[in-house]
Order: sequence, then C-alpha cells, then structure tokens
Amino acid sequence: MIEAPTPADIPAAVLPRGQALRRGLRANPLLLAGALTALFIVVVAVLAPLLAPFPGDAGTATHPFAVLKPPSAAHWFGTDQVGRDVLSRVIYGARISPLIAVIVLVIACLIGVPLGIAAGYFGGWVDEVIMRVTDVFLAFPSLLLALALAAVLPASLTSLTIAIAVTWWPWYTRLIRGQAASVAGRPYIDSCRALGIPRWRIIVRHILPNSVTPLIVQVSLDVGGVILTASALSFLGLGAQDPTPDWGLMVAEGQNYFTTAWWVVTFPGIAIMVTAFAFNLLGDGLRDLLDPRRSLLP
Amino acid sequence: MRLHMSDVRVRFGGRPVVDISEFGVGAAEIVGLAGESGSGKSMTTLAILGLAHTVGATVSGSIQLDGTELTGLSQRELLAVRGRRIAAIFQSPAMAFSPVFKVGSVVLRALRLHGMSRADAADAAARAMRQVLLAPDLLDRYPAQLSGGQLQRVAIALALALRAEVLLADEPTSALDVTVQAEVLDLLRGLREQEGMSVLLISHDLAVVAELCDRVAIMQRGAIVEQGPAAQVLSAPQHQYTADLLAAVPRLAPVPDAPILPAPPAPQQAPTASPDNGERE
Amino acid sequence: MTVYVARRVALAALVVAGVIIATFVIARVVPGDPAATWAGPHASAAQVAAARRFLGLDRPPALQLLSYFGGVLTGNWGLSVHTHQPVLSDIGTAAPASLELVTAAMIIALVVAVPLGLISARWPGGLADQAIRAASILGVSMPIFWMALILQLVFSQQLHWLPAAGEYSPSLLFSHPLAQVTGFSLVDALLTGNWPMLGSILAHLVLPAVVVAAYPAGLIARMVRAQVLDTVGETHIQMLRALGFRERAVFGRFAMKLAWNPVAAAVALVFGYSLVNTFLVEAIFDWPGLGSYAAASIATLDTPAILGVTLFIALVYVAANLIVDILQAALDPRIRLR
Repeated sequence: MIEAPTPADIPAAVLPRGQALRRGLRANPLLLAGALTALFIVVVAVLAPLLAPFPGDAGTATHPFAVLKPPSAAHWFGTDQVGRDVLSRVIYGARISPLIAVIVLVIACLIGVPLGIAAGYFGGWVDEVIMRVTDVFLAFPSLLLALALAAVLPASLTSLTIAIAVTWWPWYTRLIRGQAASVAGRPYIDSCRALGIPRWRIIVRHILPNSVTPLIVQVSLDVGGVILTASALSFLGLGAQDPTPDWGLMVAEGQNYFTTAWWVVTFPGIAIMVTAFAFNLLGDGLRDLLDPRRSLLP
Repeated sequence: MRLHMSDVRVRFGGRPVVDISEFGVGAAEIVGLAGESGSGKSMTTLAILGLAHTVGATVSGSIQLDGTELTGLSQRELLAVRGRRIAAIFQSPAMAFSPVFKVGSVVLRALRLHGMSRADAADAAARAMRQVLLAPDLLDRYPAQLSGGQLQRVAIALALALRAEVLLADEPTSALDVTVQAEVLDLLRGLREQEGMSVLLISHDLAVVAELCDRVAIMQRGAIVEQGPAAQVLSAPQHQYTADLLAAVPRLAPVPDAPILPAPPAPQQAPTASPDNGERE
Repeated sequence: MTVYVARRVALAALVVAGVIIATFVIARVVPGDPAATWAGPHASAAQVAAARRFLGLDRPPALQLLSYFGGVLTGNWGLSVHTHQPVLSDIGTAAPASLELVTAAMIIALVVAVPLGLISARWPGGLADQAIRAASILGVSMPIFWMALILQLVFSQQLHWLPAAGEYSPSLLFSHPLAQVTGFSLVDALLTGNWPMLGSILAHLVLPAVVVAAYPAGLIARMVRAQVLDTVGETHIQMLRALGFRERAVFGRFAMKLAWNPVAAAVALVFGYSLVNTFLVEAIFDWPGLGSYAAASIATLDTPAILGVTLFIALVYVAANLIVDILQAALDPRIRLR
C-alpha cells in the first residue's frame, strides 16, 4: 500500500537501515501497536505458569461448586461450565494458537518453497506438473480443504496442524515459483551456468535469497489467517479436545450457556480477535516497510 | 521570453530540490535543460504545470507564461492553462496512456475538454496524426497495441492538436531506441518550425540536447550552473560541472596511426616452391 | 477473445477433474471403515460385508475412482450416512439459502467497503484513512463464529431489535405459507408477492449477513485503497492532469476504471471464502443453508456429506474464478492481448 508522502517524509531508501526501521515504526502507529501487542501475547504465552492465577484449571481440574460464576475479584474473567477459571485458560490458550501458526507455516514453507523453486528454475514439465497440482489445491478455499481433511482424520491438534499445513503450502509454491522463474531468467544466472557453477549452488546461493522477500511478507501476513482457521476448526470440534484450553474450543463449549453466562464465550473470542489483529497489523506493516515500490520522488 | 522562471524554489519534504534564479524559453525556441538523474529536472516540469502538490512538493517564486503569472493561480484557473497553453510529453510513452482506454479516446476527450466540438476534435486529431506521420486509424488502438515510438508520436500529435504555446518534453526519447529517437527529435524540430511552439526539452542525454536545442541550461542539484547558446556551452563549457558532464559522455575517438589489423609479417626468405606458395597472405 | 475464453474454460475443466480426484483421495484417508459406519454400530459382520459390497468398497481403488468420477458427473454424489438421502439432493435443498446469505453479505460488503476504500485512497495518510485501515484489518481478523454469538446476544437477546434465529418467523408458515418456485426463499417471496414473508426473511437475514460480510468488507476496502493508490501514482494519471483534466475526473473516471479489475478478482475469491464461513455462522442463527448442513455433517462425521459439500463449494469457486477471469479480460484489454 503506497501512501502519499507527508511533509516529514524522506524516502526510506536514503537512510541507513536501522534508522529506516525506526522511522517506519514511528510513521506507522498501527504497525507499532501491532508489534507491541504481538510481543505482549508471546510474553504472556511464555510466562503462562507464572501469570495464570489457577494454572491447574488449564488442565484437568474441575470445580463443581464454582460453576459459571460471573467475573469477580477472584476470577477476573469468571468461571466456565465446569468451574475452571476463564482467565487462566485464556492465558494458557496463548500458548496454543501462535505455536500452531508457527508450526503450520514452517511445514508449509518446507514443502512449498522447494517445490516452488523447482517449478520456477527448471520450468518445462516439472513446472507444469507442480503448477497443475497446486492449481487443484488452490481451487479449494483454504478453510474448506483444511476442514475436509480435519474431518476425516481423528480430531486432535495434530490432525488440525497437518490439515492446515497441507492446505497452506500451495500458496507459497505459487508465490515462490513466480519469483524463482523471473530470477532464473536473468542474464547473470546464465553467466553462473556458463562459469560451470553447479546447479544446487546456483539455486541455494542465488535463486533462493532473491526469491524470499515476498515470502517473508506473505508469511507474516498469514499468521493471523492461520490462527483464525485453527480456532474455527477447533470451534467445529475438529481440533483441540477438552480439556485443552484452546480458545476456539472454549467458545464452542460456552455456546450453550451464552445467554446467561456471557463471559465464557466473550473473553476467549476477544483473545482470538486481538491476537489475529495484532499479527495482521504486524504483517501489514512489514509489507509496507519492505515494499520496493515505496519510492516517492518523481 | 514566452515562459519565464525567476527565483523559483521547489521544496520536497522541507528539502529544496529546485532553486532556479533565472531561466526562460522564448517563442519558437527549443531550450534544453540538461543534467544527471535526480538533479530536479522533472520537478521543474511539475512546478511549471502547477502539479508539484501531487507529489507533496511546494513551489515558491515566479513562473510566467506570456506575462501571466502561473504560481498564484488556483487549481481551477490552471485547468485553462494545462493542455491548452502548456502541453507535456513524458519519458515512458507506454505508461503515459491509460491502458484501459483507446488512445484516441484520451485524445478526443482532451480536445473536447478544451472547447472543441466532437466533429472539430476528430478532424484536429486526424490532422495532427498525419502531421506526425501516423495513420489516424491508429487512434482506435489500445496503448498495448502501439510501439513506444508510435505512442510518443501520438503524444506529440496531441500537443499539436491542442495548439499549445509551450511543450514540456520530459526525457521524450530516453525510452526509445536510437532510430526512433531521431524521428521523434525531427518532429519536435518540426513543432518549432511549423507551429512556432516553444519547446523545453529535459534530458540527461547531452547528445540529444546538442542535436536539437538552440539554448541549453545545465542543472546540478536543482540549480542552473550554466546556460547559454547550445553550441557555445557544449563546446566551451565555463563551469566545471558542465565540463565533467561532457567528459563523461563515452566517445569513439579514432586513434589516427593505429592500424586495425596487425601488419603482415615481412618476408624473410626468397620465395621457394612450397605447397601453399602464393596462398599465404 | 474467444481463444482466451476457450483456453480458460479448458483449464477450468482440468482443475475440476483434479478437484474430483482430490475429494476421492481425501475420502480414502478416512481411518476406520465406512462400511461399518454405514451399517451402524450394532450391525453384524455379514451386514457390514453386505454394506461394503453395496457401497462398492470391495473393488480395486482405480475402479472406485472411475465410478466415483462417473458418478459425480452424472449427479450421483453418494448417500449421506446420516440422512441416507442422496448427498446432491441434500445439497440442492440447502444451497439456495446459503447462496442468498452470501450474496446478501457481498452486497453489504461492497456497499460499505468500496466508498470507504475510495475515501481512504483520496486522502491517504489522513485520519479517516488511518481509521478505515484499522477497521479493515479488524474486519479480516474477526473470528466469525464469535462475532455471530456476540451480535446475536446484543441485537437479539438484549435489544430485541432483530430476530435471533431461523429463516423466517414460524407463525408465518400458517398465515402466509411460502410457495416454492425457484427454491430461493427471497426470490420466491418476491415472485409470489408474499410481503409479510419477504419482510420476515429480510429481518432474519440481517444479522447473519452482517457477520459474513465482515471479512469481505475488510478485504475489499483494503484492495480498493491499494489499487486506487497504485493507479493514481502512475504516469498516465499525471499526463491526464497535465492535459487539464479536473482532479475529480482524473480520479473518478480514469483511475477507477483501472482499479476495478483486481477488485473484481478479489470479489470472486471472497465469495468462495464466505460460502465456507457460513459453516461457522448458520448453525448459530439456525439458517437452513449449506453451512448448517455441513456443520451437522461434521458433528456426525458424515463423510460423504462433508465431501459432497466440499466438492460443491470447490466447483462454485472454480466457476466464480472463471467468470471473473473472463470479465477481467473483457474489461482490461492488456489481458487478452498478451
């Protein structure tokens, strides 16, 4: 997204990298907010055992006499249908969503990037085959394919992770392929070949680094998307199972009590929204910073 | 001086990018504004057109067209100047035309904007196309269907049809190959000769400037360091920067006494009968 | 142009074939025995074996794929394990309501997002722009199922402004029964002049449509902003200004025409996405569409039904993309001239 220059703008390319980054952060309050919130969530996830007032409630503890208590001093977010402290479960839930997102994206890259580079560099029938397969995957809206897969596998976080990862890699293959193909077509690659540099070296040292930037942007944008997809699947019962404190599962479990005990559903939902929002802001801001079209002078 | 600039300062982000104390283009004159990339030449074009604000720059000073002061005019008043009295052609002809409109559509719309009736506009457009040696039915094509040279010629035709007094040509030939370049330069010359148009040619290519311009101004970092008759400035530069620019132009200098091929070896023995007698050079 | 269309259609057909094969493969991934599920928990071994023969599961996989392929193309999409009805007819009953819902959501999204995107692009960097950008990103970050519950609580339960669930008020079934003409309730109500019914359906449509519209609205607002800003920065826009065109004309007529194309593509993409989002929303609002059917199928692990719905939506998606491809080529000459 290109913005018109404001009076205080000097093109980022003119300044040294660190300054450019700080400039970018200051000029873009949304990016800053996103970055700080994402950082906060990660910190909460890491320090969960210390922060949660009732760590046991994130596990198998039940308290039949404290069921569905509204928010109070003892339980800031109230208690759920088996008496567990909602705040503690929300805090522990911060460990699950971002972690799944990271694992999914890593797997998707591990599968998608090599295939994309192969398609882009070798071209010909390798390209055709890989792209046709990718096309078929991309013919399904991502949630749908993940859902279909998750539905046929036994419901668990592992199945969910695999299902989403399998759905996600084709996007990266297509992205990388375009980049790799254009890099591979450049004259200096021909010179590399003429110099006798082995193929794998050309790929690793030249094609790969020059293709990765849009991937980095896309991955950072996708974190929010994966988190939403994962929570949606858990909501449908295809992912985390009780007693895992997964936010999507918590919303599903609290549905039936919603009209009288609004807190059971509200707080986990807010957590999902805030997390997705933060990572989306982050990804968005990163794209603005890394976008090469950001030259402002005529 | 038909177009006259004095004490013109353009600021971009607080930084001055153009600082011209005195510069002008006379009637039926081609003046070159030369300098390296980033010296502020394009900003000057925008400033003259009153479009500097579209990139976030501010303009101060005086820019006069035939006595009319342009810098104080409101955007609405400038609409009567742009196109009608000052026309512009740009560096990348392929990008200068909107890709989803037929070329003729833009031309006709522009002509009608400045008061021509539909019939008159069609006539003027056809006539102008012939003047730039293009078949008028090319107007029915999309920019993607025309070559860079053809598009640039359409742009010149547009300026012709509008009967502008001044043409700002911002690097008009940089994106074209050399043979097409020559044709476009010829057309620009024709504008001066036949229509009496004043042309401000902006270019980093000194060869083009030398070929076409009557006078030239050398721009360095937003300021004009030297100006005068083209022949004089380019052969006997007064300012060091001009001299450096000229020196930077690669030249194919013939070196008089160096033969291209090495001389044949001098015969060392009397020729004897040998298999390739007479065959060796 | 015809060459372009022909090529696109051929490619789409290829993708459709691949999609059908993909659903078949997914069906094979099922752990456990579909025959046993079909026969029921108390079936004897003989009954399970009979079920296996009935379902054609005892033949070699290649043959199964072929007959599956043939079945899909002739309309036999299997039988729902849960309802024991043909999956395609189940989908046929459920789909119209979802298509209505998603269409309504897209209309809401476009009506809201396009003007906001334009405002954002017209005064970039301003306060309105920042606010709109934040709202757009919020829109795409919203967990749909949660938003549905919250809106239902606030607008139905607490404020009583809108009905909580269902497609129309049940009492109208007796006073103003809806005649089935096309299968699309809104259209039918319109065609038969059944105004009370129409009003009731619309009232029931509001909440689910708004929820489904959140993601498309956010996406479209961002796309419009990005595309218009891209276009406005280009040389031909400066040229138009230099020719003396008013800023309003430059922005309105010339920049916009170029910006529509990618936005149209985004609309197709998001239509398919929204169709899947109905899975999360319809059950909450008791909207009798594909989403409710799918959610029920997931809950009962009705594999043929789940795969039938998957196939259906994928086909709709391919069709939507094909239509947009052709539309784009018609609007932007650069595409078909390549």
